[in-house]
Amino acid sequence: MELTLWTYEGPPHVGAMRIASSMRDLHYILHAPQGDTYADLLFTMIERRGKRPPVTYTTFQARDLGGDTAELVKRNISESVERFKPKALLVGESCTAELIQDQPGALAKGMGFDIPIVNLELPAYSKKENWGASETFYQLIRTLLKEAVNETNKISPKRWKELGRRPKVNLLGPTLLGFRCRDDVIEIQRILSEQGIDTNVISPLNSSPDDIKRLIDADLNICLYLEIAEASCEWLKRNFGMEYTTTVPIGIENTINFINEVHTKLDLPLTNKEELENKSKLPWYSKSVDSNYLTGKRVFIFGDGTHVIAAAQIAKEELGFEVVGLGTYSREMARKVRGVAKDLNLEALITNNYLEVEDAIKKTSPELVLGTQMERHSAKRLGIPCAVISTPMHVQDVPARYSPQMGWEGANVIFDDWVHPLMMGLEEHLIDMFKHDFEFVDGHQSHLGHTAVNSQENEDISKNQNIEPSINEIIWTESGKAELTKVPFFVRGKVKTNTEKYALSKGLVEINDETLYDAKAFFS
Amino acid sequence: MNKVEFYKETGPREVFCGLTSIVWLHRRMPDAFFLVVGSRTCAHLIQSAAGVMIFAEPRFGTAILEEKDLAGLADAHEELDKVVNDLIARRPEIKTLFLVGSCPSEVIKLDLATVAEKLNKRFLGRVQFLNYSGSGIETTFTQGEDGALKALIPLMESTDEEKLLIVGTIANNVEDRFKKIFKNIGINNVESFPPRQSTDLPKIGTNTKVLLTQPYLSDTVRDLQHKGCEIIYAPFPLGVEGSTKWLLAAAEAFKIPDLKVHEVIAPLANRARQAMESHKKILKGKNLFLLPESQLEISLARFLHNECEMNLIEVGTPYLNKELMEEEINLLPENTKIVEGQHVENQLDRVRNSQPDLVVCGMGLANPLEAEGIHTKWSIEMIFSPIHGIDQAADLAGLFSRPLKRNQILTTKTLATHK
Repeated sequence: MELTLWTYEGPPHVGAMRIASSMRDLHYILHAPQGDTYADLLFTMIERRGKRPPVTYTTFQARDLGGDTAELVKRNISESVERFKPKALLVGESCTAELIQDQPGALAKGMGFDIPIVNLELPAYSKKENWGASETFYQLIRTLLKEAVNETNKISPKRWKELGRRPKVNLLGPTLLGFRCRDDVIEIQRILSEQGIDTNVISPLNSSPDDIKRLIDADLNICLYLEIAEASCEWLKRNFGMEYTTTVPIGIENTINFINEVHTKLDLPLTNKEELENKSKLPWYSKSVDSNYLTGKRVFIFGDGTHVIAAAQIAKEELGFEVVGLGTYSREMARKVRGVAKDLNLEALITNNYLEVEDAIKKTSPELVLGTQMERHSAKRLGIPCAVISTPMHVQDVPARYSPQMGWEGANVIFDDWVHPLMMGLEEHLIDMFKHDFEFVDGHQSHLGHTAVNSQENEDISKNQNIEPSINEIIWTESGKAELTKVPFFVRGKVKTNTEKYALSKGLVEINDETLYDAKAFFS
Repeated sequence: MNKVEFYKETGPREVFCGLTSIVWLHRRMPDAFFLVVGSRTCAHLIQSAAGVMIFAEPRFGTAILEEKDLAGLADAHEELDKVVNDLIARRPEIKTLFLVGSCPSEVIKLDLATVAEKLNKRFLGRVQFLNYSGSGIETTFTQGEDGALKALIPLMESTDEEKLLIVGTIANNVEDRFKKIFKNIGINNVESFPPRQSTDLPKIGTNTKVLLTQPYLSDTVRDLQHKGCEIIYAPFPLGVEGSTKWLLAAAEAFKIPDLKVHEVIAPLANRARQAMESHKKILKGKNLFLLPESQLEISLARFLHNECEMNLIEVGTPYLNKELMEEEINLLPENTKIVEGQHVENQLDRVRNSQPDLVVCGMGLANPLEAEGIHTKWSIEMIFSPIHGIDQAADLAGLFSRPLKRNQILTTKTLATHK
């Protein structure tokens, strides 16, 4: 048993939901009790999706447990297949259903449908969300392509030459609730097409089971997110001989290495090598004199595996920071992250406990934190600037504008997102010069977050100021003041002004609690 | 009861489980900690519903069951012991610790009552331990509060003192208002349950008259009755009408003439009706469909029909306690369709076919319905906003008029640019 106040990853069936919700023509029957539907709001609220996740929850109750929950499963499967007409079906259990062992996958397979059925076994008491997503994607590919294994010759990455067409690749791993996946795939497609490489299938995001069957039309797989797609890429390699790339194109160096890796694997000559140096603004911005102040800034990095590994490299080599802490919540990526940490003479922090991460941040006292939304909150409490680089997703991580992490534009986005929270070079000098002037107040301190202590003080001050009358002719009675303090501090000022305005207009000299409510009604 | 049409429906549901109620219970009682004994799903559910990241360290958490805990229950009890010890050491300010059962803990029959009993002996005088179930196989959303309150009742000492006990979590400022109004009416001894401190429990007895603020407290009511308390049946204090009838029912129980109540609340009711006018203009004549979630649906339907003149297409409710809801149902218009339970797909078909102007639903359904061109109000907001009492009637109406108003604004603009 593990005490958890907050968790970086959800349970594995939420990972399965990410695959199902990312795709078309796929439906997921989830044997689960009432309440597990909370996961729908991750998609409809955080991603602002205009579609419900394609998931049917069997919704068993305590009173069903004595009876026939298997019948309940079958009824839900029949109804869902009839209603949604999916081209493939995922069938699985959430944590509670795992305990009652109805084996819904086996039940579904015995019902005589002529669509592929994937029986998902995702151990809820030992695994987590990203593992669940990876396993689901892998099982789906395996189910849809296993018959093709014997009918297909080994796929050589160079076969496009014999076939007399442009090379074709698959982009594997982007999902909903994945960090900036929506924009990464656009960026990578653009980069590949500039090199004369076509995209065959992007999956799971916006793909269908039919698209998965077409994966083997490509010459090479691009593994964009190791957490989600590495197991699938391995299976495709083992069974079809399909090669896959392992360089994740985040940052300038990685993007160039990625393009090189793709060309080498496809045996395609790279003709515009020099051009690649100037595709992004990051190298020049980093070199420009204002960036001098970035040199040696101490940075602490924590998140999933893919983004943490890339961030460490960008921080050190492309922005000239000093990495003082590195870690991940992903057990599956622990080995790789440890390797990167070792190269930086650090010991990687592998934990799912955000309080441990917060402690580590305190101990290393960095000048910038690159983390998840949770580290953003921790950093705010500690008064340290922070940029978010990784899942778990928050509504702010799905910006309206195009903002990938990968490729050239991704590097531009990273430069802005990481550097803007810091005080700019010239600004730093100016503040230093003028800080003794009387006009200079704390509030002007650039983008730096206030420390927890300061903001508490500020709030206390504003609290007290806020309940003192601002118009001399009017008296606030004790009951009026008491009522006013109950108004949240961020609207208190407005409520106070409105009430006084109201009292003046009515010729009142005293404001009591009733006046406050009278004014509230008057202005609503 | 008037001629209301009742239907029952079973099938896949889109409703939170009782664990969700921890989100407002822990705020009401800042000296209590809620420890869910469950799975990563439980932890993920609560953090998704509660926006946990804003806390340095929240006063709720989950003891996540792992494979080895499932193998032997004896070990699970021992493991839970360890977790509790660590927690108490870390949070010495905690006075009450609720062990909250979940779907998995119920299925493996983890006996939290026995665990709580043992812990009570060990931490005697320092921390009190209680247990209840917030599992989705037994409870929906707001029902979790019913379990938590029921668990507190055995700790309430007895008294013969005559008092009014208002039961159900409400916002603190709303509670203060109610107490003031009761005082003006002539009821001076008024206490609340749950209290603001978990250890500050009101005393109860045969002269305690119970008035509910929330409609989801069936078990709590039953246990309070067993303790000799008198239950005052009334509509719930939502809107001017509901609040007035609620106050009148209390006054009647204390043998205070109606006239006195009207005298006190008339100015409040007048200004509330005035404040509601602008919202009513928007809501009047609009068709409303309520999906089941918070258990407040019947009271909201009554308010939105009787005071805002909306038409009711269908009123969903997770479950129906006819005894507690009778006063509300009597106030509904003839032929109101009340549907207990849910088959979410069939119900959404009915939503689409009935072309409502506004749908009250959960967060999982709101954006998808908006994308289909159907306007929505998410029901979880009713739980987190102060909506009770006469003074809040206009705010309550505002929760429903806002999405319609916003849509008018946006539609006009969009049309303008599309010309």
